[in-house]
Amino acid sequence: MWRYVLRRLLQAVPVFLGTTLLIYAMVFALPGDPIQALAGDKPVPESVQQTLRERYNLDDPLLIQYGKYMLGLLQGDLGENYTGQKVSEMLGGRWGVTVQLALTAWVFELLLGIALGVWAGLRRGRLADTLVLGGTTLMIAVPVFVLGYTAQILLGVHWQIFPTAGTDDGWPLSYLLPGMVLGSLGLSYVARLTRTSLAENLRADYVRTARAKGLTRARVVGRHTLRNSLIPVVTYLGVDFGALMGGAIVTEGIFNLPGIGQQVFQSIQLKEGPVVVGAVTVLVLIFLLVNLLVDLLYGVLDPRIRYE
Amino acid sequence: MTFLRGARRSAAALAATALVASIGVAACGGDGGTGDGTFTVGHPEPDHLVPGNTTSSYAFDVLSGLFENLVGLSKDGKPVNQAAESVTTEDQRVWTIKIRAGQKFHNGEPVTAGSFADAWSNAAYGPNAYEANDYFSQIKGYDELNPEDEKAKPATDRLSGLKVVDDTTLEVTLNEPFNQFPQLLTYPAFAPMPKAAFKDLKAYEDAPIGNGPYRIEGKWQRNGPVKLVPFSGYTGPRKPQNKGVTWKSYSSADTAYTDLRAGRIDVLQTIPAAKVPEAKRLMGERFLPRKTGTIDYLGFPLFDERFASADLRKAFSMAIDRQGINKAVYNGDYIVADSLLPPIIAGHRPGACGELCTYNPAEAKKLFDKAGGFKGTLELYFSNAQPTYYQWMQIVANSLKQNLGITDVQFRQVPAADYFALLGRREEKGPYRQNWEADYPSAQNYLQNMWGSVGNRMGWKSKEFDDLITKANSAGDEQEALKLYNQAEDVAIREMPQIPLWTWAGQGGRSAKVDNVTITPYATGLLVHEVTVK
Repeated sequence: MWRYVLRRLLQAVPVFLGTTLLIYAMVFALPGDPIQALAGDKPVPESVQQTLRERYNLDDPLLIQYGKYMLGLLQGDLGENYTGQKVSEMLGGRWGVTVQLALTAWVFELLLGIALGVWAGLRRGRLADTLVLGGTTLMIAVPVFVLGYTAQILLGVHWQIFPTAGTDDGWPLSYLLPGMVLGSLGLSYVARLTRTSLAENLRADYVRTARAKGLTRARVVGRHTLRNSLIPVVTYLGVDFGALMGGAIVTEGIFNLPGIGQQVFQSIQLKEGPVVVGAVTVLVLIFLLVNLLVDLLYGVLDPRIRYE
Repeated sequence: MTFLRGARRSAAALAATALVASIGVAACGGDGGTGDGTFTVGHPEPDHLVPGNTTSSYAFDVLSGLFENLVGLSKDGKPVNQAAESVTTEDQRVWTIKIRAGQKFHNGEPVTAGSFADAWSNAAYGPNAYEANDYFSQIKGYDELNPEDEKAKPATDRLSGLKVVDDTTLEVTLNEPFNQFPQLLTYPAFAPMPKAAFKDLKAYEDAPIGNGPYRIEGKWQRNGPVKLVPFSGYTGPRKPQNKGVTWKSYSSADTAYTDLRAGRIDVLQTIPAAKVPEAKRLMGERFLPRKTGTIDYLGFPLFDERFASADLRKAFSMAIDRQGINKAVYNGDYIVADSLLPPIIAGHRPGACGELCTYNPAEAKKLFDKAGGFKGTLELYFSNAQPTYYQWMQIVANSLKQNLGITDVQFRQVPAADYFALLGRREEKGPYRQNWEADYPSAQNYLQNMWGSVGNRMGWKSKEFDDLITKANSAGDEQEALKLYNQAEDVAIREMPQIPLWTWAGQGGRSAKVDNVTITPYATGLLVHEVTVK
């Protein structure tokens, strides 16, 4: 298994280089002048422009800029944004927020999603099943920002159950509402995947054998059926954790959470390449790591799966 | 004004407005306070907290509490002495500034003439690349700190025009006579800095030490709240009426507005345009409308000969129904332009633009035909910074089609980050949206910056205009100066290289917890020290 892990880690290197170069090129290709964006409508004197251009290598061609950036990165330096703030400092404080938000959403979709899926899967074709299928379809159909603003106005402003925005109340209170909004889409997929997979497996021969042996219903469902029914669910949950971290842009905006998503959004508008690439680089790393973990989890869930 | 910072999600906002309105939620009076006499204001995140290194109004919000300039502004925009005892001149070129004795920085260091000279030289020194560098260009010695040849390192890092006579006397020599200098001194970049700052400017930015009525509590955490508490050693005229203020950062104006309604912040200076009708209805007397000095213009690229005729440009001006657009796009809250200056500026003459700014399709068509009409495609340029720009540009396009018969009109909506760079390269091929917000309330700030031959965007050259401005700048008497500024304004109106459209309206709100909330139309906005907390 360790050979497998090592091979996967080595494979991550070209993926990592490729994605960062791509991101760098995309930010580079964005229209706009980052130095002018600093000052808005006011003129920037020529001497200031020139100093800044030199300081941030803005006159170099794309590959040279990228090369200088990677050299810095190898020495553990993420660079500076165009107002002279260290990117590592800018992002440092923000990771906590995004990780807390993504984890809240993730735990929410994991627990509630699997519970709903099992509930519906065991009652296929009956009212519970119809309710779950209908409810999740609705959730998938409603855009996140509509859900977000509605939840904020109703639960935050009107009934004042949750804080409307910001991180003042800390975890978990400040993260519950945005976490549920962010996790709602994933919740629907998890519930539906669990339901279908479970309902399918319940008709399998080995389940009939287990029942015939006289095992309790809880044991049949819990140990024998649910465990390998969860393989597609775990795959989804793994991929989704990365997506939650990167996809928090809208939710972080609505709920004013100072996380990575918000930073990336602002930095794209200001054409601050080093910030965007820095944030996305770490996201890519997390994504690769989580996927490796998911693959290793398969073996735990289904002993028939082996790694060479 | 860097409206880019504080990005807004406008599409989301529009869709959500309909939803919110249909739910019809009642406003909740804000009383989440702990009763400690402090209050909270929402605004977008500042970029820098070192005076001189920012031109962002969100940074000014915080800086105006932390620092005190030599001169401040009264509520009607007149310069009043703050850290200065007197600002005097004989010839409008050499200025003698006496500093009120006994003032201290938050760390106990005395405020001296050197505190100002050090801060200004630091900001004007080219290699520091401070954002407000250009504001010091009128002081003698600026050119040596910002040499033409960008590769050359300046020989000195001090502005030669600043002479520290003694601890309380500063003598400033300008390149040209400039009687609006006291107004210029109100700009936040002209704040003093203590000696402690220059030991480690990076560390200073995290915990700025000023001479203002408030000091910072703890450190400035980016994207976190900035907490200011009254400074006990403050001796100036802006004595705090409250026990402190917290500036809270928002990345979305819609969320800030939601938090105001939920009572989680007490003051918001700008309510998003789409939410204004709802806010008026829900907040009643807590809705705070105000005048502003931001004026929108439609500029012409005079370097394109199709726009060389003044009659054509005047025809455009008369073909645009300003009042109609104001009603359709801005709920009638904006003030349509009748001169080149907004009403809050001394020297504004109602109706100075006369019939040229009055909607008159028949007269417009006559002028248009006299100018020989317009050939080819008319391209209209604007940035995507606000959804309303596209709305009013469409109405303008329709007016030009109907009233002048220009059939081939196209829109060029440019990303905000690229817009001014594009205009700077003079790549626009048609009329473009342009605005100006005063750095300091003076007719000169509008006229010289927008129309002066050095650096105007239109490519308009008028010696007559430049001479009048130079004469006005050196006039010894304020009334005389205004008269000359107005004469220059008349020259610009006669030529119409860009046409004034309307002045913006500001719309803010407060919670029930605070009172005496005044938001001025000037760079520093909210008068924090005056706010009282229930």
